[in-house]
Amino acid sequence: MITYPFNYKRASSVDEAVALLGAAPDGKLLAGGQTLIAAMKMRLANPSDLIDISGIRDLSYIRAGSNAIAIGAATTHYEVATSKDVVKAIPALAHVASVIGDPAVRYKGTLGGSVANNDPAADYPAAVLGLGATIKTNRRSIAADDFFQGMFTTALETGEIVTEISFPVPQKAAYKKFANPASRYAMAGVFVAKFPSGIRVAVTGAGPCVFRVPEMEAALAKSFAPDAIAGIAVDASGLNSDIHGSAEYRANLVAVMAKRAVAEVA
Amino acid sequence: MTTVSMTVNGKPVSAETEDRTLLVYFLREQLRLTGTHIGCDTSQCGACVVHVDGKAVKSCSVFAVQTQGAQITTIEGLARDGKLHPVQEAFRDNHGLQCGFCTPGMIMTAVDMIRRKGVMDRATIRHELEGNICRCTGYHNIVSAIEDAAKRMTAGEKAA
Repeated sequence: MITYPFNYKRASSVDEAVALLGAAPDGKLLAGGQTLIAAMKMRLANPSDLIDISGIRDLSYIRAGSNAIAIGAATTHYEVATSKDVVKAIPALAHVASVIGDPAVRYKGTLGGSVANNDPAADYPAAVLGLGATIKTNRRSIAADDFFQGMFTTALETGEIVTEISFPVPQKAAYKKFANPASRYAMAGVFVAKFPSGIRVAVTGAGPCVFRVPEMEAALAKSFAPDAIAGIAVDASGLNSDIHGSAEYRANLVAVMAKRAVAEVA
Repeated sequence: MTTVSMTVNGKPVSAETEDRTLLVYFLREQLRLTGTHIGCDTSQCGACVVHVDGKAVKSCSVFAVQTQGAQITTIEGLARDGKLHPVQEAFRDNHGLQCGFCTPGMIMTAVDMIRRKGVMDRATIRHELEGNICRCTGYHNIVSAIEDAAKRMTAGEKAA
């Protein structure tokens, strides 16, 4: 398949990328390209310019601190999944990266790309929201609770580029997903994290956008055990219905995946 | 049009191409390296896997211009001095192919996974193959071939 024509430009710094993006009539950032290029091949996207930011060295790093791990936006899923620092501090985050797509996709796809795209069935948004991470851009810091706004929609403004995501280190965390067997996208994926301040439960794949489940969070705060959420039914209204599964099916999957995630670390 | 220069199977190459040319088309149609196959063309099947700077990627999901200056290895570049690569040898010995269409991608993926993981159990090999589809469903012998190749290559390293 052939995409519409576009101009390819390579940026060597965030400032240069912002300038190139500003100068393009309808520019898009290209990082790993594992979603964007597929969309362009299907002719669902038609950018005038692609600004390649995958070569910006300042965006590719993993820095482990005592309370948080900061990861550069252009860090690949492979790098996160195999990072000793991530595996040690937040193994659930390394696990999330290790179940995205397939090995070839994980070599190319990036954290920033996944989060900025905010695909309803992407894995990373569950970890970002579940851990209450902070998204840093070239302009500001945005809390995960304010970042994800709807299907493929985020708080990012025109010309704003995700540069880093900082993940607080939880006491315990786990991610369980029921993957679509063909695409590997989440039919439902649940990220559960336990902090001294409380519990966070984030769901991807089931609805139009990643979301939290306050009833489960409250129940798990009282008792961090699978039984604590056994009686909580997830409301199917507003969840996704498609050829792969109904909204009711997905609602049930959310409950099952949440229990499995808790059981793994309780 | 952009001039793209890279090293393919150890040889420097340079060609004019459109920015929108995918790496797989660049390899097949401009360099005439047709060993890399196009299966689904939607980055699911893995028939187009090549190595870019030592990593197995799907060449239908990368533009040629992105690989400016890169070291590329395709299935044509695995054999050395007329001798098959150990993974190719193992695929032949274990009958790790039926129609053969997926084989170039399977082998390029296998070389990458053995480099990362060495000797693996069969469950791990199957998990690592999740991005490669064999439409003959000949996975059993593909897994056997990779298992065998990993053992041979590890034994070779110890002997050397």
